[in-house]
Amino acid sequence: MILPWLILIPFIGGLLCWLVERFDQTLPRWIALFTMALLFGLGLWLWSNGDYSLAPAPGAATNWAVEFKHVWIERFGINLHLALDGLSLLMVLLTGLLGVLSVLCSWKEIQRHVGFFHLNLMWILGGVVGVFLALDLFLFFFFWEMMLVPMYFLIALWGHSSSEGKRSRINAATKFFIYTQASGLIMLVAILGLVLVNYHNTGVLTFDYALLLEADLDPKIEFLLMLGFFIAFAVKFPIVPLHSWLPDAHAQAPTAGSVDLAGILLKTAAYGMIRFALPLFPDASADFAPIAMALGLLGIFYGALLSFGQTDIKRLVAYSSISHMGFVLIGIYSGSELALQGAVVLMLAHGLSAAALFILCGQLYERLHTRDMREMGGLWSCLPWLPPLTLFFAAASLGLPGTGNFIGEFVVLFGAFAHWPWIVVIATFGLVFSSVYSLAMVHRAHFGPVRVQGALRGLDVREIGMILLLAALLILLGVYPQPVFDTSLATMSGVQQWLDAAFSPLVSAR
Amino acid sequence: MEFTQEHFIALLPLLVTSATAIVVMLAIAWRRNHGMTYVLSAAGLVLALLSILPALQVTPLDVTLLLQLDRFAYFYMALLLLATLVCITLAHAYLGEKSGSEGFPGNREELYLLMVLSTLGGQVLVASQHLAGLFIGLELLSVPVYGLVAYAFFNRRSLEAGIKYMVLSAAGSAFLLFGMALLYAESGSLGFAGIGLSLAAQGSSMLVQAGIGMMLIGLGFKLSLVPFHLWTPDVYEGAPAPISAFLATASKLAVFAVLLRLYQLSPATSGGWLNDSLSLIAIASILIGNLLALNQSNLKRLLGYSSIAHFGYLLVALIASEGLAVEAVGVYLATYVLTSLGAFGVITLMSSPYRGRDADALYEYRGLFWRRPYLTAVLTLMMLSLAGIPLTAGFIGKFYVIATGVQSQQWWLLGALIVGSAIGLYYYLRVMVTLFLLEPGIRRHDAPFDWGQRAGGIMLLAIAVLAFFFGVYPQPLLELVQQAGLAAL
Repeated sequence: MILPWLILIPFIGGLLCWLVERFDQTLPRWIALFTMALLFGLGLWLWSNGDYSLAPAPGAATNWAVEFKHVWIERFGINLHLALDGLSLLMVLLTGLLGVLSVLCSWKEIQRHVGFFHLNLMWILGGVVGVFLALDLFLFFFFWEMMLVPMYFLIALWGHSSSEGKRSRINAATKFFIYTQASGLIMLVAILGLVLVNYHNTGVLTFDYALLLEADLDPKIEFLLMLGFFIAFAVKFPIVPLHSWLPDAHAQAPTAGSVDLAGILLKTAAYGMIRFALPLFPDASADFAPIAMALGLLGIFYGALLSFGQTDIKRLVAYSSISHMGFVLIGIYSGSELALQGAVVLMLAHGLSAAALFILCGQLYERLHTRDMREMGGLWSCLPWLPPLTLFFAAASLGLPGTGNFIGEFVVLFGAFAHWPWIVVIATFGLVFSSVYSLAMVHRAHFGPVRVQGALRGLDVREIGMILLLAALLILLGVYPQPVFDTSLATMSGVQQWLDAAFSPLVSAR
Repeated sequence: MEFTQEHFIALLPLLVTSATAIVVMLAIAWRRNHGMTYVLSAAGLVLALLSILPALQVTPLDVTLLLQLDRFAYFYMALLLLATLVCITLAHAYLGEKSGSEGFPGNREELYLLMVLSTLGGQVLVASQHLAGLFIGLELLSVPVYGLVAYAFFNRRSLEAGIKYMVLSAAGSAFLLFGMALLYAESGSLGFAGIGLSLAAQGSSMLVQAGIGMMLIGLGFKLSLVPFHLWTPDVYEGAPAPISAFLATASKLAVFAVLLRLYQLSPATSGGWLNDSLSLIAIASILIGNLLALNQSNLKRLLGYSSIAHFGYLLVALIASEGLAVEAVGVYLATYVLTSLGAFGVITLMSSPYRGRDADALYEYRGLFWRRPYLTAVLTLMMLSLAGIPLTAGFIGKFYVIATGVQSQQWWLLGALIVGSAIGLYYYLRVMVTLFLLEPGIRRHDAPFDWGQRAGGIMLLAIAVLAFFFGVYPQPLLELVQQAGLAAL
């Protein structure tokens, strides 16, 4: 019964935040903080108590650490089917942690309509947890679409407008919504296609993951259905050329919105690929892998190049996300267990480091009221804590050994090398690019002549605490990643077996 | 044919509605009393609704050649009666409590009479299995609406809308009649099934195709499908808000139901070129309806264009016409009616009591959330539902339509549907975000503070709760619709 509560807690907490707003302006913040802490705590409790050597694999698709099933819509064989394995657990933990941080980082930033803000924030996180737990394809789609609405409100109502005009944040939010919703509908068509093909073959109308895994698909249809899923995930991932909503959404979103967007929402796409796209359509995915990896390469370099060209510091971080997610994509499609595990570590590490960078950008914005790096410079001498911390996370983002990002990127490249040497060789150059833009960011913003007049307010305990916590976790992940590897092992080896079965005829054909 | 007791029981909803019309008319003649007229018509409609229960026991039954009373008909009758009930309740709030002091300056009572009559027409329409029944029903449905649209006749826009609707509707009826005549000349039968049989036997000639095409034009007018949609935004804008609600829901619902029955009972009408042209109409409706809605700053016009697009989506299910289609149309219509009633209901309450013009400009809704949070929550939910986002009833409807499209492999239509929804999102989101923006300094209209405690407000909240409930747990609705299949199938 704990799984529905993982989803319900954020929803109920959010509703409470809204209801108590009229009595007190700070109470919603505390409620939201408590809610997220509870979610995170429950996640930790599950981690310590569950057996995560259970995960779906070919022939044993119903292996789960925790499972919950209840009939929902009988007409279509739709169940409220939630389940947890190592991968979902790690993602839920990340959600809880970043949830706590996004409440904390909006403590001062958000002053208007506090309750409603936290309602939206909590509901996004609730939807995301739903995505990570759902095992019924209908339910998955339900949550996938549902989290868009509060995210839309978050950007449209509390976002920052750029200098060009007042409506830019609404436009950015609308763009985000339309991109994801339209691609989501394509996925819905693919889901229905899969379900109806399965119905045609077996006479059972079901949206259940385990049953659909065994669906017998014609190769052509399988490829089309896989594409439907892939497009929806590609938009959220984001994969070039479907990425153009991301920089806009990030630039205009409030800090908490950016943290959630980069830290968690992008991960839902990677999760969706690992959980659904690969196991459901292994053969088509294996055929498609070279293209997907090429797209990953394109993303790495394109994101890095554009990141270097930005003057807006949040846009810079946003483009860097595109670049990092390219590595994740390569890891996912490489078909090697090691690379898949590296992708998971990279997802976690990128979640932490991108969140930290966005929080730092937010703190900078609160002090300077600009995100334009041309108006910054020389901050190292004006602010005691912020520039060195930024330098640390910039270094983490370029994959410095000792941070989680290094482990992730290294393991992805290492694991993929056996099958795809050339792709790995090219991707490695992406690391060079990422050091260029990361250091350029630090250089432009924090070194050089001082351009800021007047004293800047130092960081308070809350602000330093958040960042130090993230830094500590990132180093922990970099020095001792074994628990994460252990937890995700079973899931990843399951996915790898699916892919392997599909890859082996390909390899022998060569 | 001989009439037995069963026939009368089967006809009960129609009889009760007719009786209501007569009683309301006599009551008005005896004494003008707004409250009493409302109560009488509402009670009559509720009775009619209840009388469906005994009638269900004797179905399916053919009453004369004209009507076939089956579960399908009763499902749509119930939907129709419920929609009308909501509309007259909204109208009651809209017209104002007492005459003279504030609110509507003209006579109020006839509005109820006209609405009840129009509903009667709709009930005939959804049950008809004969071209004559179709025509009688359609005219009884439309003619009172001419009067309703122009009900605020001292308002130039309302009058203009009324005349426009009358002329175009009459033109549509003329097309319909001519089409029927051609069809009859060729097949020698007016019953839906008879036409289907005789056409299947002799194949379709030029004359038949022309006849079906003309009927399609006539019905297309009523459903405001592109390219016969030109009247829609003007009429929606000009008509008083509760009447727009009636027009968008009850009237379109009945016409679509009969179209579905025609399509299902005489399959010959769904031949190759007709399907192609219907597909074209559907794609055009989806795309043009959504595109034209993009830049509207008037909420009623926006909803008008959006309803064009929604009937385009419905056509996808109609064209599929196999497997899930009948069910999909039922679910989609039910959710669409619910949602539209909610959206127009908010506009009505915002404009209540009548003050000369309706609160339909988008800027009047700016920042509404911070003044009337619950009313705004209702409108937000309705916009999300129209856009088909999960947690709302609209999503279930859209899910069904997409499922039907996938099942019958209508990839072009699905493509149009996805593109159309993406475009549609833009303006639904625009309305939504407007509700939450910061308040402007001046405002003209607002719903009364106690809107939630009045009949109209309670009705609206109930609609919102239902829209949410069916979005989260649609099983009861699906079971109901599943029961409501056509008798002959």
